[in-house]
Order: sequence, then C-alpha cells, then structure tokens
Amino acid sequence: MNVLILEYLDKRLVFVTGKGGVGKSTVAIAMGIRAAMEGKRTIVVEVASTENTSRIFRQEDVGYREVEVSNDLWAISIDPDDSMREYVLLQLKVKAMRDLLFRSRMFTYLADATPGLNELVTIGKIWELAQPDRKIKHGRRYDLVIVDSPATGHGISFLQTPRTFANIARVGPMHTQARELEEMICDHRLTGSVIVSLPEEMPVNETASLESELTDGIGVAVDRVIMNALYPDRFPNEEIKALEPLGESEDPELRSAYRAARSQSRRSAAQQEQLARLHEMVSAPITTLPFVFEPELSLKAARRLAERLA
Amino acid sequence: MPSIDQILEGRNICICAGSGGVGKTTTSAAIALGMVNRGLKVCVLTIDPAKRLADSLGLEELGNEATRVDPALLKENGIDGKGELWAMMLDAKETFDALVARHAEDAEARDRVLGNRIYQQISGALAGSQEYMAMEKLFELHSEGRFDLLVLDTPPSRNALDFLDAPTRMTQFIEGRSLQLFIRPTGFAARVAGRGAGVVLSILKRILGFDLLADLSEFFTAFSGMIDGFQERAHRVNTLLRADETAFVIVCGPQSEPLEEAVFFHSKLIEADMNFAGAVVNRVRYRLGTKVPKLKALAANIEAEGVEPDLAERAARNLIEYDLLARRDNENIAGLSEKLAGDPVIRVPYLDTDVHDVTGLCEINRFLFTDEETRIELATG
Repeated sequence: MNVLILEYLDKRLVFVTGKGGVGKSTVAIAMGIRAAMEGKRTIVVEVASTENTSRIFRQEDVGYREVEVSNDLWAISIDPDDSMREYVLLQLKVKAMRDLLFRSRMFTYLADATPGLNELVTIGKIWELAQPDRKIKHGRRYDLVIVDSPATGHGISFLQTPRTFANIARVGPMHTQARELEEMICDHRLTGSVIVSLPEEMPVNETASLESELTDGIGVAVDRVIMNALYPDRFPNEEIKALEPLGESEDPELRSAYRAARSQSRRSAAQQEQLARLHEMVSAPITTLPFVFEPELSLKAARRLAERLA
Repeated sequence: MPSIDQILEGRNICICAGSGGVGKTTTSAAIALGMVNRGLKVCVLTIDPAKRLADSLGLEELGNEATRVDPALLKENGIDGKGELWAMMLDAKETFDALVARHAEDAEARDRVLGNRIYQQISGALAGSQEYMAMEKLFELHSEGRFDLLVLDTPPSRNALDFLDAPTRMTQFIEGRSLQLFIRPTGFAARVAGRGAGVVLSILKRILGFDLLADLSEFFTAFSGMIDGFQERAHRVNTLLRADETAFVIVCGPQSEPLEEAVFFHSKLIEADMNFAGAVVNRVRYRLGTKVPKLKALAANIEAEGVEPDLAERAARNLIEYDLLARRDNENIAGLSEKLAGDPVIRVPYLDTDVHDVTGLCEINRFLFTDEETRIELATG
C-alpha cells in the first residue's frame, strides 16, 4: 500500500478528474489536507472557479492569488483573464507593452475568437505553480499542486489543449511553451491524475472510459481511482426481514423507520455491485470514501475524509 | 405544482440545463419518453461529449444523425401509441463542416477553410467548439420540422452559459467590422506579411510567433466570404432561443451548490430574455413524517415491536440521518421556490435503484408527469 501512496501524493502535480457532481472538489480538498498533514507544502487549484475552497475553509478571499487556508495548505482559483495578463507580462517583461496590447482591439478580438486559449493559459498558470523555481516574483515553492479539473468531457479537452496548440503553432514561442506544457502533463514521474467516481452505473462506466482516454489518448498517468460517497452496509437482508413488521405498524414513525432502512439497504447493495464492476473495469488501484451524512460538508468532515486517504 | 407536460404545452423545443451530475441527461430522456407516450414524435439531443444518453436508451452509439429508438423497447414498457422516440449526439466537427460547406461561396473557398490547420484544430478538438455548434444543429432540426418536440440535454451549467452565448459569440466571431481588421487589403493579413508592422502587431508576433499569426490571418481571411451567411444564421438562432415555442427547464439536485447554480442560471435566462418554464429537482429525499425523530424514544418503540436492541438503535439512527438530509432538501427547495417566484418546481425523489434504462425512465415519469399531490403520495405513502 505504501508504494501506492508514494505514487499519487509524491508527485508534484495531480489532476483530480471525473464526471460532474461526483465530488471532485471535496476529494481535491481532502487530498490537499492529507498531503499537508504529511508535511508537504500543498496548493489546491480551482479551475472552474466554483469557490469550494472558500466555502469549506470559510475564507472569503480565495481568488486569483495564493491564500494559506490552513497549515502548509494553500488555495488559488485560476481566472483565465488574470492568467492571460500574467502570461503576456512574463513574455514581454514590460508592463507598459502588456497594457498597450490589452488595450488593442485586435488583441482582444484575437484572444476571444481563438477557442481554447483560456484553457491554455490556465494550464500555463498550473505549470508555473508547479515549478521548483517559480516564474513570478517571490513565488512560493510547492511540493504538490492538486488541480480540481473540469468535469469529464471538458476535462479531456482541457488536458488536450497543450497538444492541440503545439500542433497549431508549428514553431515559435507558443509552440515551444505548448510543447513544454504537454511534456509536463505526460511526465509520469512528475504528474499524475486521480479519477473520482460514484457507486452508480453511469459514473462507473464513465470512469472506465476516462481512464483509457487519459492513459492511452492523452498519455497522463492515472494513479488512483477514488470511489466516493459509499454507504455503510448497515442492514443485511436478514435484518431487513427482522424489521419488516414495522412496515405494518400503526405508528407512522415506525413505518418510516422501516422504509428508510429498506431504502438504505437496497442502495447499499446496489452500490456494492457498482464497486465490484469498477474493480473489474479499471486498472488503477481503488480507494473508497464513505458517504458523509451531513447537510453540507464541513471542514471536520473533510479532515475525516483526508484520514481515509491514507 | 403542475406536471411537466403542462409546462411544455405548446412548445417545440425544451432545453434542459443545469450543473454536472444532477441527472440532466436522465431527465431529458425521461421528458422525451413521456411526451412520446403522449403521442408526439420527439428527438432528444445531447451536446455533452460523454455518451450518457446512448447508455440510458439502450443505444450502442449515438451519431450526428437522429436515430430512432427501437419501438419494441418502448412497447415492453407499455408505450405503444403513435409517438416516436429519436436520439442523437451532436458531433461538433461534422456540424461545423456542414455549416462551412453551406455558406462557402464556392468549392475552393470551402476547401480553403476545411483545409486550414487552425480550423481543423478548433472545429473538433478544443473545449468550447461544442457550444458553438450545438445551437446550429438545434436550429437545423427545428427548421426541418420533422419532430413535434426537440429535447436538448446541455453540458454542465458553466458551459451551458457558454451555450447561451454561443450565437452571440458566433456573431462577434464573424462580425464584419472586427473581421475587417484582419482581411482588408491594408489590414491584418497584409500587415502580418508586410514590413513596418504596427507596435501591437510586433508585440503579437513576439508572443505568438510569426507562423501562428500568419495561419490565424489565413484562417480569418478564408472565413471572410461566409460572413453574411453566418451572420444571418446566428441572428435567426438567437431569435429561436427567445421564441415562445422554446422553453428552458433547469435540472438540479437538492444540495445547496447545484441549487445556487440553478438560481444563477435562472437569473441569466431572465436577463437574456429567454423563457424559463420550470425547475426539476432530482434525488430529493421526501420527509417521511412531519416530526423530527428522537433516538431514544424511537429505538424503544422499535424494540417494543420485537426487534433486538442493537438493530433497533441502528434503525432509529438511520431514520434520523435520513430525516436530517430530508429536512435539508426541504429547506433548500423552499429557498429555490422563493427565488423562482412562483415558477414551477418539480421534485423527483431519490429512488432506491439507479435509473439507466427505459424502465427506470418510466419510473421517473410517474413523478414528472403528475401533479404535486400525487407525487407526495407516491414518494411517502
């Protein structure tokens, strides 16, 4: 087991991917807490600016700057416009030239009309965050960068963007940089990915196809699949049988208790089937996380999940 | 609260939007199926790159052309009227190619665009091009008039917003005045090639490299002949999105995050002058009673029915946890209803089994296609 943990949290950059709504952000944050607990200087990067980090750590101000949310753990929400400004400045080195460019209609038009440019500068910023020698002034050096990536379909094209641009720009600075980003994403020693799944039919199917697209299509290492929100197996069939008389009770509360137990049992059985399917369908090792019985995920619950990631 | 068919009365297009993982694809398919059951010829389209819709309709694969779902499959589930169910998945590249072919002045202009490397990359591979073309396909299908109802399953809501903007972005993209910068003889293309380029251009060259800049200018030049056709088309698409026959249904889950997105999306729709028809909240835990269960008392009552103490306590705890989530759902949805100011909100309960086939869709439709009173009875009775 230890070897596997080394593989996925000892890399410099990890993309957390998966279908929408599977809890990618929760897992990304839990992984961040886990890595920080192990003494790694870690940053969790939000891409789709959903501001989950702000929510969980009750910090209002996680935006386009690195904010320390707890010990050894930072967060940033990448905004493509800011990334573009920063990128162009790094290229031109002169603020006045950058501002001149941003004021020109031609540039604004070009930047808006070229699809994928936002994704490219976003990945460029991720690359910058993951550098041992940061490009920006007084940049902090991180041991681990965890990226809360866009949902499946768009996640694939997101990670493909560098290659696409490297192909469009055959030579020149854009080509060189896009190639560098692609090499980073596909470097299995430095970069990996984690797919988050749910114990349901379609998320399991998608996890399997995502794994093959990431591995064979893009060339990103898939180090771990995380089966999220698994119900505890509370009521085996014989217990449901024992509770059955409650279903006929005069007391509506007892009927409710029976109904809730039966639903729980059926759901849990269906989930176990999906977990078994996942084991058959994917090659990466699987870690399970329990369903959190809380109205909204708290920091405490995120810490408990982090413990389970060991 | 009305049923979904009342909401869709008199509409030809139903666009389902919402954030990821809330069951949007399932809801789209269920709505389509339910309307088929009411005798309509319905086509459901997805622009989600993931192949979920095919999965849920038992189709091996969906292509860029509408495919009819096997009537036998529907008949097995008691749907055997004159309605027909069709499905398709949007292929952005194919749609884009067809659009270029339609608007090109001649074969040479068409080939110049189709052969341009930048075009080849953006039309298929990059994030965002899906949305550019989705509206186009919807418009095309609608113009053909082959179907009574088109149900569209959009990608997650951040992208769904892109999707709303798509026709406008398309217009800007090909908007004459801006494009002139690139294509007039003394414009961009000439200046890229020529000497004495402006300061901005020399900065651009430094960032992008000459090669990429030249390719871009060639790309924009190649597009120049199609401006009028594209522009007119984009305007018509924009009009269709706002027409009375088009209805937006927002699909969401009961957690606060997807609900917040639903409210956000709702405000965007209103802002854009589009027709919001109602919200469908999936996986709702209906409250099973009206009072909050108390652990000790409930466990004792269960035990009194002859259940052993340990199991009784666990069963009691289980109901308490269920009720906690059910009350959260209740409060969240009440908040949603308030923000939607009286527009319909339909709650579909969290079912004991996954929905991934026609039978499951029919199960969902018991809730979608009925009134609120019956829904509550079905979910809690």
